[in-house]
Amino acid sequence: MDRPIRVVVAKPGLDGHDRGAKVVARALRDAGMEVIYTGLRQTPEQIVEAVIQEDADCLAMSILSGAHNHLFPKVVNMLKERGVEDVLVVGGGVIPEDDIPGLLEAGIAAIFTPGTPTSLTIDFITQNIKK
Amino acid sequence: MDIKAGLLKGDKRAAARLITLAENGDEEAVRIIRECYHLTGKARIIGITGPPGAGKSTVTDRLAKLLRMQDKKVSIIAVDPTSPFTGGAILGDRVRMNDLSTDPGVFIRSMGTRGALGGLSKAAHDAVRILDIFGSDYIFIETVGVGQSEVDIVKLADTVVMVMVPGLGDDIQAIKAGIMEIGDVFSVNKSDREGAERTAVELEMMLDFNKSSDFRPEVINIVARDNQNVDKLLEAIEKHWEYLCTKSNYQDRKRNSIHTEIISLINQYIITSIQKNNHSNLIQSMVEKVLKKELDPYSAAIEILQSVPIITTVQHDN
Ligand code: B12
Ligand SMILES: Nc1nc2c(ncn2[C@@H]2O[C@H](COP(=O)(O)OP(=O)(O)OP(=O)(O)O)[C@@H](O)[C@H]2O)c(=O)[nH]1
Ligand SMILES: [Mg+2]
Repeated sequence: MDRPIRVVVAKPGLDGHDRGAKVVARALRDAGMEVIYTGLRQTPEQIVEAVIQEDADCLAMSILSGAHNHLFPKVVNMLKERGVEDVLVVGGGVIPEDDIPGLLEAGIAAIFTPGTPTSLTIDFITQNIKK
Repeated sequence: MDIKAGLLKGDKRAAARLITLAENGDEEAVRIIRECYHLTGKARIIGITGPPGAGKSTVTDRLAKLLRMQDKKVSIIAVDPTSPFTGGAILGDRVRMNDLSTDPGVFIRSMGTRGALGGLSKAAHDAVRILDIFGSDYIFIETVGVGQSEVDIVKLADTVVMVMVPGLGDDIQAIKAGIMEIGDVFSVNKSDREGAERTAVELEMMLDFNKSSDFRPEVINIVARDNQNVDKLLEAIEKHWEYLCTKSNYQDRKRNSIHTEIISLINQYIITSIQKNNHSNLIQSMVEKVLKKELDPYSAAIEILQSVPIITTVQHDN
């Protein structure tokens, strides 16, 4: 593919842990992607708007605060309501093993927890974008 | 998705998708822009430029909010550098504009330079046009802060706002050659910091020397972070617009930029038709001839040009 993959990296909610999101953003950039970094404390509405206006191929959200079961599905549903079906949604952060099946069911394509090498994320995104 | 119909209705998704197509050099984008070209020219185009970290995004955010209070439709194109090594980029300007992103009257798009020099991306021109057709009243373009080679923005914008910061001192001297001619309005942002007044005075002095235009740019101290004096900055932008509208300045400016654009399109079309028609063999054989001194490079270039049917290959189907 001769065009860069565009990824919105977002931190939903009040969670102030942004190291992981920055690590992921840099890794994706180094893999040749255009990363739209939106910063801390995003509302689901802001994230959805950013995905639309940036015409992103992928939305990558990071949560370490424990609010993932609420916020991840909420964003996915809002995207659906706006008719955005062709964007790959992935998530990461401190997320207990037990919560992952539910999140996958809710429409998050994959969850990446601490210790996962960023190369896995890069491969996953490259192979699964829908556009 | 019917992109053209969506764009004409002011649909953000359609505008966003069309900008992507333009960035990726898709011919569909050129087709739609050509069909809608007659609708362009309604938006005011404001360039925001200045050194890295000066506060360009913050200033843009604050200006946009003022215009929203006047119920103007605002679009923002924010350009950040693409890594020449990986082709990737981190586009971080949205961080400063977060609460604008859910405003229905605002559209924000981040772009990587994708190898272009001069502080803008190649598709920035197209993006401006698309957002003009989309119905924007104002389009802001935040350039990459690179100093010297920042000239592209002048061709694209009606008004260029230079965002400076206190304490640039010698740096101003060093980069003034590039900067003093570019700015139509100068703002000294971060005027909460020491040396803001002095920087403003230095700028005023340099502007006194610069007699190349009969318009004297204003210098305004602002604190964008705290929203101080941003209204004054907007007034100065409007004053520059009034100046453009009097006399034939605006027409002259447009005439120049259209001229530049046509020339650059001609260049681009020649190159594409040579590449498209697989003339690389021809070029290769010319290289060999020049190498053997059977031919000189000047004649080789002319011969290649003569054998390329430029017009027919770039003619779009109408
Ligand atoms: C550093 C840290 C902090 C720093 C944060 C600095 C910063 N700017 O980020 C500070 C000291 C500020 C802090 C504060 C707090 N923290 Co803290 N913090 C940590 C700690 C020790 C490490 C996190 C970290 O930076 N890791 C390094 C980065 C690189 O790794 P990462 O974020 O996990 O990211 C990797 C992967 O998860 C994945 N990834 C992450 N996001 C994404 C996204 C995508 C899309 C993908 C693909 C992958 C991906 O890839 C990354 C690279 O491998 C963790 C414990 C831990 N071991 O995780 C607790 C932890 C996250 N903190 C915790 C808590 C409770 C807090 C506080 C509430 C404490 C308090 N009572 O004040 C505050 C809240 C702050 C706030 N405003 O939100 C808890 C969260 C509990 C929970 N989830 O239920 C943890 C888990 C500690 C614990 N065991 O209790 N914290
Ligand atoms: N002290 C002070 N800081 C400010 C002011 N305006 C912006 N900043 C801060 O300056 C930093 C850079 O601001 P940005 O708006 O991102 O600057 P920029 O020119 O867009 O930066 P790049 O796009 O990276 O070149 C941020 O931390 C802002 O909060 C101001 O008026 N005073
Ligand atoms: Mg910026």
